[in-house]
Amino acid sequence: MPPRVNEAIEKRTFAVLVDNEPGVLARVVGLFSARGYNIESLTVAETDTANHASRITIVTSGTPLILEQIRAQLDRMVSIRTVQDVSSDPLGIERELSLIKVRGTGEQRAEALRLADIFRAKVIDTTHESFVFELTGASSKIDKFLGLMEPLGLVEMSRTGVLSLTRGID
Amino acid sequence: MTTQTTAEAETKTKPLTGAEILVRALVDQGVDTIFGYPGGAVLPIYDALFHEPKLRHVLVRHEQGATHAAEGYARSTGKPGVVLVTSGPGATNAITGIVDALMDSIPLVVITGQVATHLIGSDAFQEADTVGITRSCTKHNYLVKNVNDLARVVHEAFHIATSGRPGPVVIDIPKDVQFMPGPYIGPEEAKPLHTYNPRTKGDPTKIAEAIALLATAKRPVFYTGGGIINAGPAASQALRDLAHMVGAPVTSTLMGLGAFPAADDQWLGMLGMHGSFEANHVMHDCDVMVCLGARFDDRITGRLDAFSPGSKKIHVDIDPSSINKNVRVDIGIVGDAGSIITDMIAAWNEGGYKKPDLADWWAQIETWRARNGFAYRKDPNVIKPQYAIERLYELTKDRKTYISTEVGQHQMWAAQFYRFEEPNRWMTSGGLGTMGYGLPAAVGAQMAHPDALVIDIAGEASVQMTMQEFSTAVQFNLPIKIFIINNEWMGMVRQWQQLLHGERYSHSYSESLPDFVKLAEALGGVGIRATTPDELDAKIMEMIDSPRPVLFDCRVAKEENCFPMIPSGKAHNEMLLGDDGTDLDSAIDDEGKMLV
Repeated sequence: MPPRVNEAIEKRTFAVLVDNEPGVLARVVGLFSARGYNIESLTVAETDTANHASRITIVTSGTPLILEQIRAQLDRMVSIRTVQDVSSDPLGIERELSLIKVRGTGEQRAEALRLADIFRAKVIDTTHESFVFELTGASSKIDKFLGLMEPLGLVEMSRTGVLSLTRGID
Repeated sequence: MTTQTTAEAETKTKPLTGAEILVRALVDQGVDTIFGYPGGAVLPIYDALFHEPKLRHVLVRHEQGATHAAEGYARSTGKPGVVLVTSGPGATNAITGIVDALMDSIPLVVITGQVATHLIGSDAFQEADTVGITRSCTKHNYLVKNVNDLARVVHEAFHIATSGRPGPVVIDIPKDVQFMPGPYIGPEEAKPLHTYNPRTKGDPTKIAEAIALLATAKRPVFYTGGGIINAGPAASQALRDLAHMVGAPVTSTLMGLGAFPAADDQWLGMLGMHGSFEANHVMHDCDVMVCLGARFDDRITGRLDAFSPGSKKIHVDIDPSSINKNVRVDIGIVGDAGSIITDMIAAWNEGGYKKPDLADWWAQIETWRARNGFAYRKDPNVIKPQYAIERLYELTKDRKTYISTEVGQHQMWAAQFYRFEEPNRWMTSGGLGTMGYGLPAAVGAQMAHPDALVIDIAGEASVQMTMQEFSTAVQFNLPIKIFIINNEWMGMVRQWQQLLHGERYSHSYSESLPDFVKLAEALGGVGIRATTPDELDAKIMEMIDSPRPVLFDCRVAKEENCFPMIPSGKAHNEMLLGDDGTDLDSAIDDEGKMLV
């Protein structure tokens, strides 16, 4: 469908419960590539061994119509049990884990450690001239921290992509 | 468990092999015909077939032919088509038919052999990653590595292929699994791993809304598709009832022809790129559009932002992803077309709605009809392709006739000039547009309906793509009729080159054509040729009366174009007609040329 004026691109997180069987991740990823949808991040792991279920969390983006289409396309796949729109759910929680290596000495190094403390990042490895921080939080918080580390000697990082769940008893 | 058959008792004492489990499961699923080709990785299955008289095996000449034959069987019966091919090239040759079935929502179960489990991934002889290759072109697929899963998987595959929006399912079975002993479970006992239960019943609130909207319409139209055919003959009957109750005109996609009788006064003919003048104008000017089991394909809509600009749209589809995919609709109802149409009729009666006065709308429609968009100039010396199909229709309409087609101009002329009164009589490759579909599809339809007249309306280029299946027809005494509209061109390609590429006919001339009459004879069938309008009727009768497979070489006018035509990038009310003197060279703008 051609994009219409006033239709902004939105970001959306879908939590997808799938049958845990070989090839299921390829089915989901294949759907996105075949239909030209974006994947901003994707995480997958078995979450319910007894019921052979895995949970895939996908962050994607598109116009509201495209997002509706992505959801419908996921929903009709045989291996997919449920699709939940976490970002539209007021009870939705989204978190990401990151590992961040920063290299520096002297005042820069001290400043990196101070900022890490403010962000409640954990130091999980250190040398005389580097740290590896572990930081968990919303993706925006991690982006912010990375921005601050940039001038202080950011070397590399690794991020898990978004994980999600809903608050409450259900 | 009330009774136990001897077969079941035997199973308890002597375990079956994987191959035997498969064959038993097929029989229990009601399969009577398999289209296939043997090879190394399916030898145990062929061995099991050797002992099973309930399954007729049709030996094709190429695996693509097996899939199209199974599609023809499925489309003409409403039952799933079954294909059996070997690993590697057997599976890859079947891909075109599998994609075709996916695009046209045809239920197929395709069984492919695979190298033994311990060899998978070793680049073994005739190994291909069949589940990987077919993942994006099947509704679902399986690699069965454990014989204990096999019976369940086969039953589940039939359920998935035939329920919801139908489609192809591939089951890849490694050769060692075919030899391994394992348990058999029947369709009733098999506990599915996947909970696949698509919604069939429409939301009553939305149905009521749709009916209220329809009752107030001044210019309504029913736009129907293959979903009605897939919903079964009862859905076609319900459509007729609903249409007569409302009194609105009915048009259909290529895939839906036959759901509504062409003889009915409310029938407008097919819509879309080569649809009727009246159908396309009705779609453009309507105020309420009821889309039943169709998917707003680009061949139907033309330019999207000019598609039926003034209408409220109701869309009934079993596939939720079809709704709002290409065209934004006002009321989307997910469910089975037959069930929803029946509920719509009930809602109409309960609401006490009266048949609306559509006299003005019909008066307008009659002016479009009077334009006769399918008109062509007859020629006393040369057979016009349209004339050939008109005569074929006249001479076969009173028989039980099934029509398949290849892809191109002849396909569109067949859709325009052959008139269908019943569902399941028309088999064509709509979504994928597969040249070579029609001949093997005729083989499949004739297997299912041995006493019927089965005709493939073909083009001389398309038919050569799967020509070898004529041998299959000869082998199995299938008296299919291949009616070749032979204009010595890939006609639709030539037409587009004329309209879009400055008459530069690049590689679209059918050079070095075989002598189809001699070819038919060489293959063991009958060859007939017609070259003038005078002899056409007698030759067609000769074809119909022949008890053997016939290749009919119908020599037609070479450079006839297919009209009306909505040029790429244009709207429904911007059709080109064959006889209005439009400058065809400038009919399509640069933006339109980008589209297919």
